[in-house]
Amino acid sequence: MSADHHHGPASGITRWLFTTNHKDIGTLYLFFAMMMAFLGGAMAMLIRAELFEPGLQLVEPNFFNQMTTMHGLIMVFGFVMPAFVGFANWQLPMMIGAPDMALPRLNNWSFWILPFAFSILVSTLFMEGGGPNFGWTFYAPLSTTYAPPSVTYFIFAVHLLGMSSILGAINIIATIMNLRAPGMDYMKMPMFVWTWFITAFLLLLVMPVLAGAVTMMLMDIHFGTSFFQAAGGGDPVLFQHVFWFFGHPEVYIIILPAFGIVSQIIPTFSRKPLFGYTSMVYATAAIAIMSTLVWAHHMFTVGMPLVGELFFMYTTMLIAVPTGVKIFNWISTMWRGSMTFEAPMLFSIAFVVLFSIGGFSGLMMAIAPADFQYHDTYFIVAHFHYVLVPGAVFGVFAGVYYWLPKWTGRMYDERLGQLHFWLTFIGANLTFFPQHFVGLAGMPRRIPDYALQFADFNAISSVGAFLFGTSQLVFVVILVRVLKDKASGRLEGAVGERAWEGVEGLEWTLPSPPPYHSFTTPPSIR
Amino acid sequence: MTDKTEGGVRRTAWRLAAGTVLMFGFGFALVPLYEVFCELTGLNGKTNNDPAAYSAPASTRAPTVREHETVRVQFLAINSTEMPWQFQAPETSELHIAPGAAPIDLTYYAHNMSDRDMVAQAVPSVSPGRAAQYLRKIECFCFQRQALAAGASTQLPLRFYISPELPDDIGTITLSYTLFDVSELAASDATASAEPPSAQGS
Ligand SMILES: [Cu+2]
Repeated sequence: MSADHHHGPASGITRWLFTTNHKDIGTLYLFFAMMMAFLGGAMAMLIRAELFEPGLQLVEPNFFNQMTTMHGLIMVFGFVMPAFVGFANWQLPMMIGAPDMALPRLNNWSFWILPFAFSILVSTLFMEGGGPNFGWTFYAPLSTTYAPPSVTYFIFAVHLLGMSSILGAINIIATIMNLRAPGMDYMKMPMFVWTWFITAFLLLLVMPVLAGAVTMMLMDIHFGTSFFQAAGGGDPVLFQHVFWFFGHPEVYIIILPAFGIVSQIIPTFSRKPLFGYTSMVYATAAIAIMSTLVWAHHMFTVGMPLVGELFFMYTTMLIAVPTGVKIFNWISTMWRGSMTFEAPMLFSIAFVVLFSIGGFSGLMMAIAPADFQYHDTYFIVAHFHYVLVPGAVFGVFAGVYYWLPKWTGRMYDERLGQLHFWLTFIGANLTFFPQHFVGLAGMPRRIPDYALQFADFNAISSVGAFLFGTSQLVFVVILVRVLKDKASGRLEGAVGERAWEGVEGLEWTLPSPPPYHSFTTPPSIR
Repeated sequence: MTDKTEGGVRRTAWRLAAGTVLMFGFGFALVPLYEVFCELTGLNGKTNNDPAAYSAPASTRAPTVREHETVRVQFLAINSTEMPWQFQAPETSELHIAPGAAPIDLTYYAHNMSDRDMVAQAVPSVSPGRAAQYLRKIECFCFQRQALAAGASTQLPLRFYISPELPDDIGTITLSYTLFDVSELAASDATASAEPPSAQGS
């Protein structure tokens, strides 16, 4: 009986509630992320519908502000971050030759905090005064003195999801440091493991600071302190410093795991080992360290001394160097490889190209004097959507297509995968590219209405968004089909250990789908 | 898991947890760090909130008065959002002052136009920011909260001098005060330093 218990999952709902298995928890994370993606996506559809033409058609300005705020919070904290933690849970133990995560019970907890956090966050929309309407950056005093009463629930939700991230990060570091199979030296770890290792340290570095920031807000609102209130001797600009000390590394927390996924996929479909592995590791570490020194590039217009502007301008531009190293390494990996273009590879190549566009617009903003024009315009919106959507989100898609055959033992429908890629690719570019133009022409961000001259590009952007949004249903169809095939035990489309031709890595030595506990005896590493 | 790895996991986890607590503390440490940083660099044009003392340039050592060069000093009065007071800068809204010269006395004017007793706090800001440390306030209404009964008015004293160490390239200094309503803060703050309105009325 007890032997049974150790070799297979429990059945029913309790399997998911009480599970300590890294694959189950990974699945939970990924499904949760997908639900949040559709919720945040629905909000984006509403935003784009309102912006389809000038004037106020669908929603009130205050509700529009709640939508932009919640869309940002949900996509960052509810979709992208949990999705990558899901990948970490599924893949890390398999990739380093471990039986499970190092702290399985903590693992269960760090997932199950999330649904509570987001229930609280989303429920604020139905409270008196509405949900958070101060932007995802929640600058004080907008989020303190002028906030709706529900802000206290927002603060509590941020505390909870911060706790979830911190626990997850501790687990990931403990796993990588202690559970590597004998012979798996640090410099033999796959890139995905490396990027998550560094990401987890970044999380531990900055999530507590975010918790501190919201705690200070809470105290300002309820306990009469004046951290951010000028009247009591505090300083609203201090909020921005504390927030962006978290906020800038946060963008790397979101993108580094995607770097890792792409670094696994490009070698596979180029049929060549990753070019410049060592430089990749050092570049990732350099990006992470430098990311803690650049935060005030979000605040060039608050009135900084010239030395400050210059310092943050140069450090920001310097990050382009290790990022460039990575881009060139990916291209060099593809160079003269015998490439094939399955869905994971398509998403990865699109990632490299489009992320570079986002990187270049980032470099434009790094120039402090130029940023005075770009600040708070749609150019900013275009920039960070280029690094987040074809960056982080394409990374998620690439990873799902790449490892889904491993996780389920069934190959997805490649034709549908190609369709999903092309619709997504066209939709995303149609949505976000025109936003560069309206931004440069001066359209401010976070507004429900705009001047007439921006109408055409906004209409194009909205059409692109609807295409982008609806084409995600193709992804759902693909997933449902694979899961149905798996459940029915149909053998058509079943894959062996190595689901992709010539694929390398420990996870591909396990059967597909892998056993409930990954490596009960450590594999030997050549 | 072997006992050895289990011990290792536990050690790693506790160390990381300690690091997390440390970083939470660091978040709060940013507040005083920022304060010090602002004072050193004049970031945000923050001025010192403690009274400065003026010593007549009797000693033969520098710094002395720079008689023949003057700096333009402008005075502004701004109400924060929803502040119903009338808040006015001195009649002479601009002065030419020699760095190091004897202190100057000025009065701002405030009138509580609302129908309730209120407490206000004026928050000073100097532009350009790096001039802040050279504008030395000996006496300032911004050092304390100001209480005014409904309909009452008062004169708000300011006494300051410009340090002779002021860099040459600064030709104009703007001293602006923003008035905030802190009635609620004062009410909840038992140790409010506000004096009764009669003490300041004139
Ligand atoms: Cu940044």
